[in-house]
Amino acid sequence: MSIRLEHLNYIYSPKTAYEKHALKDICLEIPDGEFVGIIGHTGSGKSTLIQHFNGLIKATDGKLFYNEENIYEPGYNMKNLRNEVGLVFQYPEHQLFEIDVMTDVCFGPKNQGLSTEECKERALIALELVGLKEKYYHSSPFELSGGQKRRAAIAGVLAMRPKVLVLDEPTAGLDPKGRDDILDQVAYLHKQTGMTVILVSHSMEDIARYADRIIVMNHGEVMYNDAPRAVFAHYRELEQAGLAAPQVTYIMHDLKERGLPVDISVTTVSEAADEIMKALGGKDLGNTAAENRALRNRTPEAGALSNKTLEKIR
Amino acid sequence: MSMIQAEKLVFEYEKRDEDGNVVGTSRAIDGVDIDAREGQFVAVLGHNGSGKSTFAKHLNAILVPTDGTVWVDGRNTKEPEELWHVRQAAGMVFQNPDNQIIGTVVEEDVGFGPENLGVPTDEIWQRVEESLKAVGMISYRHHSPNKLSGGQKQRVAIAGVVAMEPKCIVLDEPTAMLDPVGRKEVLKTVQRLREEKKVTVILITHYMEEVVDADKIYVMDHGKVAMEGTPKEIFSQVEKLKEYRLDVPQVTILADELKRRGLDIPAGILQKEELADCISSMILQDNSQRTEMDG
Amino acid sequence: MIRDITIGQYYPAKSVLHRLDPRVKLVSTLLYLVSLFLFRSIAGYLTATLFLIGIIRVSKVPVGYIVKGLKPVVMLLMITVVFNLFLKKEGEVLVQVWRLSVTTVGLRNAVYMAVRLIYLIIGSSLMTFTTTPNELTDGIEALLSPLNKIRVPVHEVAMMMSIALRFIPILLEETDKIMKAQQARGADFESGNIMQRAKAMIPILVPLFVSAFRRANDLAMAMEARCYRGGEGRTKMKPLRYKGRDLTAYGIMSAYVIAVVAIGRYVPLKVWIF
Repeated sequence: MSIRLEHLNYIYSPKTAYEKHALKDICLEIPDGEFVGIIGHTGSGKSTLIQHFNGLIKATDGKLFYNEENIYEPGYNMKNLRNEVGLVFQYPEHQLFEIDVMTDVCFGPKNQGLSTEECKERALIALELVGLKEKYYHSSPFELSGGQKRRAAIAGVLAMRPKVLVLDEPTAGLDPKGRDDILDQVAYLHKQTGMTVILVSHSMEDIARYADRIIVMNHGEVMYNDAPRAVFAHYRELEQAGLAAPQVTYIMHDLKERGLPVDISVTTVSEAADEIMKALGGKDLGNTAAENRALRNRTPEAGALSNKTLEKIR
Repeated sequence: MSMIQAEKLVFEYEKRDEDGNVVGTSRAIDGVDIDAREGQFVAVLGHNGSGKSTFAKHLNAILVPTDGTVWVDGRNTKEPEELWHVRQAAGMVFQNPDNQIIGTVVEEDVGFGPENLGVPTDEIWQRVEESLKAVGMISYRHHSPNKLSGGQKQRVAIAGVVAMEPKCIVLDEPTAMLDPVGRKEVLKTVQRLREEKKVTVILITHYMEEVVDADKIYVMDHGKVAMEGTPKEIFSQVEKLKEYRLDVPQVTILADELKRRGLDIPAGILQKEELADCISSMILQDNSQRTEMDG
Repeated sequence: MIRDITIGQYYPAKSVLHRLDPRVKLVSTLLYLVSLFLFRSIAGYLTATLFLIGIIRVSKVPVGYIVKGLKPVVMLLMITVVFNLFLKKEGEVLVQVWRLSVTTVGLRNAVYMAVRLIYLIIGSSLMTFTTTPNELTDGIEALLSPLNKIRVPVHEVAMMMSIALRFIPILLEETDKIMKAQQARGADFESGNIMQRAKAMIPILVPLFVSAFRRANDLAMAMEARCYRGGEGRTKMKPLRYKGRDLTAYGIMSAYVIAVVAIGRYVPLKVWIF
């Protein structure tokens, strides 16, 4: 079970003055259950790429296999693909339209042809998953705050029970707290349900914290496709591609150049602190490995799910 | 001289029910004192809903205080006859680059402000050219704003404000919707304007790395000023900043973490180089101590 | 894709047409449109065609780009053609299908109507291609300024038009995005009867309106912040002043109108194809 792209090309407005080769010969595989980060500057093709995953954009040529089936074969069930690969667009709250949050979240399941009760049940679970408080379920989506609207919109996709969740810049425009809340919630969801998560972001810091693997897009091509530490090792090239490695990467490289024997591949603050302490030969007072694990596995503030709910979604 | 001065500023929104009747008020700003002197770079930090954007709108008399006073360039924003002077003195750049560009061609947009001020035609052209040069967008003067990147659009918006020759520029989260490249572009432009035109800059943001060179920082929370001071003073209080839901730069967190673990690092480190210097000086010390012992 | 609509958009190029005073272009476009209905002969059509080709060449706007602008009106064209084709009862019957018949007059009218419509669209889009919306509204404002005397808010109307034009591409892009997002949630815009399809538009229209209002709000604030207070006391960056070429253009335009009327009436080239 996976998404696999073979020599995928996409050209915008072909044979016109605005022709643009947006994706060039992309070969990728995203196996089930992975947490993948896609990063790239604006116009690098990352948004175009993810819209291929659920067939919203059809490749100019090349193949896209979902669960070993080429989705471009005639007769392929596109509707089913869209049910399995949920796509949350940038600023998803701009797509809310129903009279209340509950009804809006039900829109997806309703389109899947489920009964009203089933829609409701799924919507309730989805709203619980994104940590939106119950008192908002029957408010108009337009009355919520920015962060809450975004949760409601993400719930709208989760209610369709996708096996793969693709999020395009889910934290754009949110403040740090809102950003951490959403990302923690997504990470928690990933861990609890084993859902594949594809996270598109500008922020290296965010991706470093959550992703197992990073795909770097540059000018419509895959520039790197590797574990975070391996990708950040190319921090100079990343900079040229209009991206930046996490700040700690720079500090560690700087220190190494100045003769401090540190491991330059660390990606988070606490790992960096460990390294520096070790290199300075000081007695380390912290217990970072454990802290780090706790950080990764921290339960989102909005609350863990009840066992009953978890059972239902697994 | 004070360029911007808010004294015991209070602003209340009216809450209305479905029929439009007032059912109560909600305080967005609650007794704020903020002061920016001529030529200063003052930053106002705060998370979404802290009241910082509401504050920004007072500097341009888009909102007027419910209570307290705001002076811009020595004029009270509450006085209707001062309105146009206030707006000309304090130019404003907003968050969404698309929703503040009026012209369909870059140069026409930059000319919009001076046109409203009744500036003679020849001078408009001169101002447009100068401001586009100041933000580095002169080569795009005939382009449509729709084809520009987010950072470029914001620079055009800044040029539009500069062309009005304000004494002070207020930027209300100008980078919130941009990618890292765009953010850098905008910040560099603002810095250049500060150096070349000596304008007062008020930057409203929630990104702390954008305010490391500020002369003064105010942190807002729940409509009040929660902290004020120089960047050093503010950034040395990492725990408190996190409490106010601000994005503390990784360097500052790392420095704080190392300090907690017993390293002798000064509080309030803001720059990568600063931290690296600090740590490498420790290696040198370490080495010299060792040499002494060996000797 | 919706984004491909080019009609009403400005096409940046450096041509004499681009540099002309917008008032000249507005008046000329109007004259051209009227002229299309002043003749009924092949010779007239030939003159109008030659003139249009000439203008297209001068404008430096690629022909492909112009043709693309016709795409969205194809439906309208078809309807007009069909109406003209079947509703004219005069003339010789060419084809008879059930109770509908196509006559020579019907066919001729249909072809002429289609040509007229196409020229009408090309003619007016040439104006928008070569005139920035700001110039266009300046032109309209200047031409309509006499109406100020009878208290028509000419400046405000012109400003509204210019803003509308600026936001059309943004809102089109937004529509595209919203459609895709709703499709990702399983929305189906393609199947079903008219009622179902109309209902399927709600998830697009509501967010679009919300967004348009949000933008309008932001924009109003941004305009106020830049000291906008209506037309009074406002100077212009690009004030309209007639230059030599504008007068020449008026001359050429008058010559064309006279020619087309004269040729259409008096040149005996009345070779009907049918």
